[in-house]
Amino acid sequence: MAKPILMLAEQVRGQLSDISFEMLGLGRRLADALGAPLSALVLGSEGAPLAARLGLADKALTAEDPRLNMAPPGTMADALRQVIEKEQAGLVLIGATNVCMGVGSILSARTGLPFVNNVRQAQAEEGAVRLTSQMYGGKILADVRLGGACGIAGIYPGAFPADAGRSDKAPPVEAAGVTVTAPKETFERYIEPETGDVDITKEKVLVAVGRGIQTQDNVGMAEELAAALGGAVCASRPVIDQGWLPLSRQVGKSGMNVKPRLYLALGISGAPEHWEGMQGSQCIIAVNTDAKAPIFDGAHYGIVGDALEFIPLLTDRLKARRG
Amino acid sequence: MNIFVLLRLAPDTVEELEIGGDGKSLDADILRFKPNDPDEHAVEEAVLLKEKHGGTVTVAALETPEVDDILYTALAKGADRAVKLTGDLGAAQSEAAARLLAGFLKAGGPALAPDTLILLRSQSIDDLEGEVGPYLAEALGLPYACVVTQVAPAGGAVKVTREFSGGLRGEFTLPLPAVLGIQSAEKPPRYVPIAKVRAAMKTARIETVDAGAVEQPARVGVERMYKPEAAGRAVMIEGAPEEVADKVVELLSKNSVI
Ligand SMILES: Cc1cc2nc3c(=O)[nH]c(=O)nc-3n(C[C@H](O)[C@H](O)[C@H](O)COP(=O)(O)OP(=O)(O)OC[C@H]3O[C@@H](n4cnc5c(N)ncnc54)[C@H](O)[C@@H]3O)c2cc1C
Ligand SMILES: Nc1ncnc2c1ncn2[C@@H]1O[C@H](COP(=O)(O)O)[C@@H](O)[C@H]1O
Repeated sequence: MAKPILMLAEQVRGQLSDISFEMLGLGRRLADALGAPLSALVLGSEGAPLAARLGLADKALTAEDPRLNMAPPGTMADALRQVIEKEQAGLVLIGATNVCMGVGSILSARTGLPFVNNVRQAQAEEGAVRLTSQMYGGKILADVRLGGACGIAGIYPGAFPADAGRSDKAPPVEAAGVTVTAPKETFERYIEPETGDVDITKEKVLVAVGRGIQTQDNVGMAEELAAALGGAVCASRPVIDQGWLPLSRQVGKSGMNVKPRLYLALGISGAPEHWEGMQGSQCIIAVNTDAKAPIFDGAHYGIVGDALEFIPLLTDRLKARRG
Repeated sequence: MNIFVLLRLAPDTVEELEIGGDGKSLDADILRFKPNDPDEHAVEEAVLLKEKHGGTVTVAALETPEVDDILYTALAKGADRAVKLTGDLGAAQSEAAARLLAGFLKAGGPALAPDTLILLRSQSIDDLEGEVGPYLAEALGLPYACVVTQVAPAGGAVKVTREFSGGLRGEFTLPLPAVLGIQSAEKPPRYVPIAKVRAAMKTARIETVDAGAVEQPARVGVERMYKPEAAGRAVMIEGAPEEVADKVVELLSKNSVI
């Protein structure tokens, strides 16, 4: 029998993140294929009610200590290390999210287990696990084999279906018996999302601008187009970092998760961290000067061309229609 | 403050990427490298901190082709010292690179000065781990925070803001010395005219330090590298720009968006 699989459930303020269920579904599939048991670990106070929702695991482990709430990566890695030893776990699944970033590397440094991050595909094969890691901004995939199915995998959000990890059952829940050493890094407080003038998660039409928009003045042009469409403007990270739009308009890994009816992506390359926040859009139309931009791999409609030329042409037509 | 910024050129992903003859790595001959956003933000944050709190900024990088350019650019932006680590560095991946950098940082004695802050990017795109910062913090035995967007040192500690998701952020306090993975600087990275970089090339000197041989933990290797097959490639709308705009209007009206 293969060594047990251990997944680290991710919670933010008492809510399990989607990635927890994405990993649970994946973990179940791999565990069944390898003939290994699957354990889920929930860190932080009030873990029991969360653990009860992880029914696809053969058992859920809790470590109810307030110092594990939003714990820094070194502290999470230390808790995981103890559980790996106790359970004799082989494969460890961690979310490749901002919340858990750093945990895999530190755990790997402390245990000597290999760490493969940004995993998009995983298959069990003859007592081993083959992982596919996304590299170079999503433009390249790399296959890696974990012999003996031992190692740490950082699972990319959105790569595996969350529904496969949901279940009405409750797993047996046990205390993991983790000894928490006080972290050197102290979590002080949450900073709530900035509530801007517009809530882009509620807009039906989004005009999204990326680095290809080039100047702040051109953002104004996109605002005009959004107005003509009855929607709002949002942006990728470089535009927000330039200060051309407020943080409340950022879409992606660190920003908002949006699901509008129309997402018009203008001058956005489609990096995984941006894609993560807009992949649920009903219709994605992308305009990019680079015919090979990754955004065209996921968008429904694509236009190879200059967004700066496209924006006024479309705005004029929409205005003319309205009369 | 004693601020270090660790820099590295990143492959330019806007350029074409090709798989090399071994099928396990990229074709190095056609790879183009450029300074990456997170590194520019790390330099900007360091220079802003120096302007506010005083001290020195040292930028350091492992030797790779064209790395001098980013070091001189950082000097032109306000860094005080630039160091290039030379040696048989191989293709140092996250953990190996972290060990080399830790060796350099500890060269002045095992304990870093108590007002030391080490800044680097949060993530890299060109290896399996994609994270040098946590390995470095571990090698130095220092506290670490990643995805940092604000840095405020005060009295032997540093207060940082970290991004979680959905716009939610968190505030953490770390005792100094500390390692920070920078996501965005407080302000957009400053622009330096090329003339200023050229002036830095004339007046400043890049120190070289022998880093020794790379100790590659090589825990797992890439078996195969390939380009993803587009699962559902977009339907391309073609024609002259006016025609394309007409077709988009038609499409939007057909889908009752307008
Ligand atoms: C931990 C972490 C979290 C992150 N979180 C986020 C996040 O929440 N949101 C986010 O967006 N990113 C995030 N990123 C950054 C992400 O990796 C990318 O760097 C970013 O999404 C790139 O933005 P972009 O597509 O606008 O820029 P680029 O990748 O530079 O792409 C610009 C594109 O514009 C095209 N272009 C140029 N000129 C024109 C023109 N005139 N007309 C049409 N097209 C043109 C180019 O061909 C190119 O494809 C995060 C990164 C990390 C490491
Ligand atoms: N960064 C990206 N940019 C554009 N398309 C993507 C990206 N990542 C994944 N996709 C595409 O999104 C679709 C769904 O992918 P997945 O997230 O794997 O379910 C597939 O067509 C992928 O090719």
